[in-house]
Amino acid sequence: MKEWRRWLPAVCFIAALGLCIYGAATGQAEDVLRKAIRICMECIGLG
Amino acid sequence: MVQLGWGLLSNAYVQGFLPGGPNLYEGGLKRVCVPGLNCYSCPGALGSCPVGALQNALSARRLKFPFYVLGYLLAIGMLAGRLICGWLCIFGLIQELLYKIPTPKLKIPEKIDRPLRWLKYIVLAVLVIGLPLFWRDEFGSGAPFFCEYLCPVGTLQGGIPQVLLNDVLRPALGWLFRWKMAILVLCVLSSIFIYRPFCKYMCPLGAFYSLFQRASIVRMKVDATACTDCGKCAKACGMNVDPHRTPNSAECIRCGECMKACPVHALKYTVAGKEFRKREEKKEKQYERT
Repeated sequence: MKEWRRWLPAVCFIAALGLCIYGAATGQAEDVLRKAIRICMECIGLG
Repeated sequence: MVQLGWGLLSNAYVQGFLPGGPNLYEGGLKRVCVPGLNCYSCPGALGSCPVGALQNALSARRLKFPFYVLGYLLAIGMLAGRLICGWLCIFGLIQELLYKIPTPKLKIPEKIDRPLRWLKYIVLAVLVIGLPLFWRDEFGSGAPFFCEYLCPVGTLQGGIPQVLLNDVLRPALGWLFRWKMAILVLCVLSSIFIYRPFCKYMCPLGAFYSLFQRASIVRMKVDATACTDCGKCAKACGMNVDPHRTPNSAECIRCGECMKACPVHALKYTVAGKEFRKREEKKEKQYERT
C-alpha cells in the first residue's frame, strides 16, 4: 500500500505530461503561440 | 539568486525593450508557458503566462478542452507544488525585495488573515475559470477576466513598458489602465509592509499549485526524532506557516527559510519520498560518522 502511494505522484505527473503532449499534438500549443505573439490589450489594461 | 536568474532568463528578449523595435518576441518559444506568472505582453518575455493561456483557451469562441495548458499546470503542480512560487516567480521576487525595505512590518491578525487567504481560490474559480468559460459577448467570445481586471503583473511587465514604447497605445489609456495601475500600486505599497501579499491573498496560480502541495513529487518532511520543537522555523516563515506541524501546508512556498533557521536540520526537501540533502549537510554527516 505504502509503495503504491509513493508512486502515485509520479504516475499523476506522467499522466499530466500525457495530457500536455496530446494537447500540443492537437494544435493547442499553436493557439497559445498565436495569442502570445500579439500584444494582449486586456493584459496591459487597455481592454 | 535563482529567482532573479529565472526572471532575467524568461524575459531575455532585449530587442523588445528598444524603442522602434518589435516590442514583443514572436518566436516559437512562446508555445511554452513559464511555470510562474509572467505576462506574455512583456517586451522581453520569451515564454507564455500559464494563467493567461488557460483563460485564453477557456474563453475561445470554439471551446476545446484545454489539454495542453491544463496538462502543463497539472504536471508542474504534481512535480513541485508551490515551490514555483518560492523559486521561479518574478513577481514573488519583486514583493520579497520590497519587503526588505527597512520599515516596521505589519502582521495581519489571524482572524483577518485566514479568511483573506481564501480570496485567491475565489479569484481562481471565478476570474480565471468561471467567467472566461461562461461569460460570452454578442460574438460568442469570452474574455480573460483575471488578466483584464486584476493582474498587476500584466500592468508591471506588459502595460507600463508597452505604453512607454508605443506612442499609438497612449491615446487608448482609460479607466481600465488607471484601475490596474491602482491595483499595482496597492500591491507594491502593501509588499513593503506585508510579506508577499499578492501571493498570500490574490494569486490564482499559487492557489492552483497549492492544491498539489500534499501530493507533489517534491515535498517537505520533518525529522521528528531530530526536531527539538524550538519554534525557530515558524518564526522564520514569512507565509505564517508552522513548518514543523504542517510541512506541506497549502500556504508554504517552499522557499527554504525554515530549513535555514532550523538548528538541527530537521526540515528537509524530499523528492519522491527520498530526502534531498544539501552538499554541506552531506559533508556534516560524513564528518559525524568519521
